Amino acid sequence: MSDNTPLLVTENLEKSFGGVVAAGNISISVGRGEQVAIIGSNGAGKTTFVNMVTGYLTPSAGSIRYLGRDITGLNPRQTARAGIRRSFQIAQLFPQMTALENMIITDIAASESKGSFRARSLTDARMDAAMALLKRFGLEGIANEPAGTLPQGVRKQLDIAMAAVNDPALILLDEPTSGVSADEKMEMMDSVIQPLLSDDATLMFIEHDMDIVRRYARRVIAFYEGQILIDGSVEEVLADDKVRQYVIGGVAHA
Amino acid sequence: MMTIDFRRDPINILLLAALLIAGFFLPSWLRFLLQMAVAGGLVALGVMIQMRAGLVSFGQGLYYCIGAYAVGMLAVKMNVTELGILIPAAIIVTAVVGGILGLLLSRYRDIFFAMLSLALSMILYGLLVKAAWLGSTDGFNIPAVSYLGHVPAQAVREDWSYILTVVLVLISCFAVARYLASGAGALCDAVAQNELRLEYLGTSARKVVFIVYLVAATISGLGGALAAIAMGHIGPEMTNWTTSGGFVFVALLAGRGSVIAPVLGFFLLELVRTYALDYAPNAWQMILGAVMLAVILLLPEGLWSLVRRRSAK
Repeated sequence: MSDNTPLLVTENLEKSFGGVVAAGNISISVGRGEQVAIIGSNGAGKTTFVNMVTGYLTPSAGSIRYLGRDITGLNPRQTARAGIRRSFQIAQLFPQMTALENMIITDIAASESKGSFRARSLTDARMDAAMALLKRFGLEGIANEPAGTLPQGVRKQLDIAMAAVNDPALILLDEPTSGVSADEKMEMMDSVIQPLLSDDATLMFIEHDMDIVRRYARRVIAFYEGQILIDGSVEEVLADDKVRQYVIGGVAHA
Repeated sequence: MMTIDFRRDPINILLLAALLIAGFFLPSWLRFLLQMAVAGGLVALGVMIQMRAGLVSFGQGLYYCIGAYAVGMLAVKMNVTELGILIPAAIIVTAVVGGILGLLLSRYRDIFFAMLSLALSMILYGLLVKAAWLGSTDGFNIPAVSYLGHVPAQAVREDWSYILTVVLVLISCFAVARYLASGAGALCDAVAQNELRLEYLGTSARKVVFIVYLVAATISGLGGALAAIAMGHIGPEMTNWTTSGGFVFVALLAGRGSVIAPVLGFFLLELVRTYALDYAPNAWQMILGAVMLAVILLLPEGLWSLVRRRSAK
């Protein structure tokens, strides 16, 4: 496998629920190190797409290849093992554990040594690594706070930090700034994007705020009614008439 | 203090060891109470580790009973009275049954897990009650056992039995503490708190549940085997729901912070029960209920949280 193999390739990916096509004809190719924003109004198929790539939904048709390997139809556990991680629109934490414990448990659960639970024991090295990662995300101050009591924005940050444990190659962020107040959005994205990028991770994120898209994406894929409307550079996509009409306008009035 | 870190729990087990060594010199009735309590404490420990994974087993008596009947049936029906065979046999039988039922039960959570575990234990109860060849509701007596070929004299038989129980309970506590410090043990809490996230991190929640169920079954079976040897008598009430309920009671009362909590908790319960029976023979259940209520209201994390609070200071 050469380094030119695209990280993620989907071909004619489709998901229908009964007769309703939630997403169809989705063909994209994402290379290593890209920063891709996925935009679209509600119901455009963005989350359906992410759910298919991460194995939560089985595609009705089409295929997904990750590093050249066919991962169509794998479950979330198997896609995670393959190296794809995600964060969630509503932070998915272990609420009764502290932030540090969340990171340690994540490390243990995501550990490479498959099968062997002995090799995944709680160790000081693991705790130090978890603390170091919290620091990189600027979360060391809340290390010993129970995750369930943290403010919404911090919970989202922790959720994203958990997706970055063990340096996955592809990280999908599902609306990283939803539920975060407008003033804090940029600051929050700054605190998570920098540490994610320093790992050479490939990022795909669903986002409604075009300021954030402009600042953190190099490429934008716009969804409309379950299809890809346009896929290109940030300037190109955000200047597109249809995008302005159906996507950006749609958000502004939503 | 970390709730998921059990690496320092062996210190607590040494404390338990010291208490149990001191217990050797207690008056014989009290020592027997202690011995039965720590044997049953292994079952309560089995309930406790499953609670860490968010699962309440209302039928842990199943394995307590299977361990005891494995010993009893080998001793009475096949005349095997050597401990070196009885104990491993009880462990293997409960592990095999636990492994098979674990495949089924690891699919269930919450009330479904609780009710299924209860139902399975009551099936065994029903079978044993109908089995005339096993003494039905009366159960049957178990002859004296030999310790690696040595049959202790009548006068010191209880001493030997006490030492056997203490040694095996302590070894089990060490083993469980090790398990809880391993990945499989640490992830129990993750299953309880967010299974979806766990799956998205690449770990099978079912596997984690299966392992905790198997570990719980095995130590409960050992607890049953030790109780059978200590009492010299077994009966189907070991798998009755009231017995299983007692183990849940102890696990709640004691808390989940240390492997020794349920073992000591069982002894405390037995003491309260004994004295309550003594002083108020008609109201002892009310006293136990009041104790339970007080613990739930005042110490929702169980009695062990008192110890933790002290050491956290």
